[in-house]
Amino acid sequence: MILSHRLGEWAGDAPVLEEEVALANIALDLLGQARVLLSMAGDEDELAFLRDERSFRNLQLVEQPNGDFAHTIARQLYFSFHQHELYTVLAAGDGPFAPLAAKAVKETAYHRDHAEQWTLRLGDGTEESRARMLTALTALWRYTGEMFRPIDGLDGVDWQALEQRWLAAVGAVLERAGLTLPEGRRTGAWAAGAGREGLHTESFGRMLAEMQHLHRSHPGASW
Amino acid sequence: MGTDLGAQLAAAFDAAVAADERVEPRDWMPDEYRASLVRQMAQHAHSEIIGMQPEANWITRAPSLRRKAILMAKVQDEAGHGLYLYSAAETLGTSRDELLDKLHSGKQKYSSIFNYPTLTWADVGAIGWLVDGAAITNQVPICRCSYGPYARAMVRICKEESFHQRQGFELLMALSKGTEEQHAMAQDAVDRWWWPSLMMFGPPDDESAHSAQSMAWRIKRHSNDELRRRFVDIAVPQAEALGLTLPDPDIKWNEESGHHDFGAIDWAEFWDVLKGNGPCNEERLTRRRTAHEEGAWVRDAAAAYAEKQASKASTESEARV
Repeated sequence: MILSHRLGEWAGDAPVLEEEVALANIALDLLGQARVLLSMAGDEDELAFLRDERSFRNLQLVEQPNGDFAHTIARQLYFSFHQHELYTVLAAGDGPFAPLAAKAVKETAYHRDHAEQWTLRLGDGTEESRARMLTALTALWRYTGEMFRPIDGLDGVDWQALEQRWLAAVGAVLERAGLTLPEGRRTGAWAAGAGREGLHTESFGRMLAEMQHLHRSHPGASW
Repeated sequence: MGTDLGAQLAAAFDAAVAADERVEPRDWMPDEYRASLVRQMAQHAHSEIIGMQPEANWITRAPSLRRKAILMAKVQDEAGHGLYLYSAAETLGTSRDELLDKLHSGKQKYSSIFNYPTLTWADVGAIGWLVDGAAITNQVPICRCSYGPYARAMVRICKEESFHQRQGFELLMALSKGTEEQHAMAQDAVDRWWWPSLMMFGPPDDESAHSAQSMAWRIKRHSNDELRRRFVDIAVPQAEALGLTLPDPDIKWNEESGHHDFGAIDWAEFWDVLKGNGPCNEERLTRRRTAHEEGAWVRDAAAAYAEKQASKASTESEARV
């Protein structure tokens, strides 16, 4: 839901018309997945609009501001490859998330392809695009460790193996783009896993303020 | 000889249009017909992409996840409509880049309606109901336009637009039947969007520069005033169903004409907005230009990458030979 919101912020400002369509498309897929997940836990709107920052469990990676197009693509690259690996595992199991994962795995394959294609274009495009892509990949690298911290209630996931597959897959794309995996800490702004515990980065609160203000201004109203 | 051929081509063109045949990209057509279509289709495409802004303004604040998904899908559709229309215009020998340059430099226009601001959530509903409603009334006849690629683009676009219009109506209905505050929000939005929506049909028939020729060429099928009256006739009962009023005390059913009479439009405001002095003209165009300029490095990267791939492919095929 949070990443969908961030992608929604691009509407009207994308570099080409085709990307208006693509980014909105991905945002819609993610919102659809979020609505199923939230509905499994309770009332989707109550959970989206009436929780405070400290009660949100999203990864710090997905709440990061859009930045330039390279930042958005780097965030998509890291996240969509992770999501695709995770949904593939969940879809193969028989847990409560298997039906959602089976549908989402098709969508995330498309998201992954989109991120990969743009990583190649930006990495192997011009000097400027390569520099911007490197900056973005490095800036967001620190938030990637959190994706592989075990989540309560998600059984049957070998998180270490997942991380290895992710490193190999993302590393292979970066190599084709003439780039390499960044180095350095991957512990996020706090200790790794902080987002899952409701510890977020500063821009997140402002994002929620914007997202929730109308809903909160009319308590109990239906829309 | 040359003149004879020219006259024959022109006669054949006129006959084909009169017989309601479709003109296709490779067919001969008068230069003025081509220019007129490029102007209209470009303006139409520009309206789709500028029109994303007032609605995208509310994506991050939509009050429920369902409404947010609907709005995102709608704005995405608009980008898609822009793509269809630029492609259709390109069949006339222009290019998207050229048309975008003309939009950015103010040489080509977009619909005056998008120079009004979306101040509340209800505006999203009013745009869906009234603005898309007016657009559909305008556009359905274009599905039978004499130029094939434009007509075919409009068939696809109208299907999606009528879906958006129903969603806008439904959004306003939820507000109108909601709390007192929500009802007031809906009424305020309709009050602000009604007259600008009527202006979407263009100037009155006796002041419309392109109308007569467009109708003769069957690019247009009905006059501005005729379509405007059709729209009012449709909107009045819909407003009643919504439990909202239209901000025009002069609207009343005219038994004799079989249509609704309505009040006078403020044409001074219309021409002023068209000249660039509406509430958001400056901001809409600046934002579009900024998005384009800030995206230049991305487009350059894509072009450089494509060039490298092409030269790699040709080196490989040479090596194979």
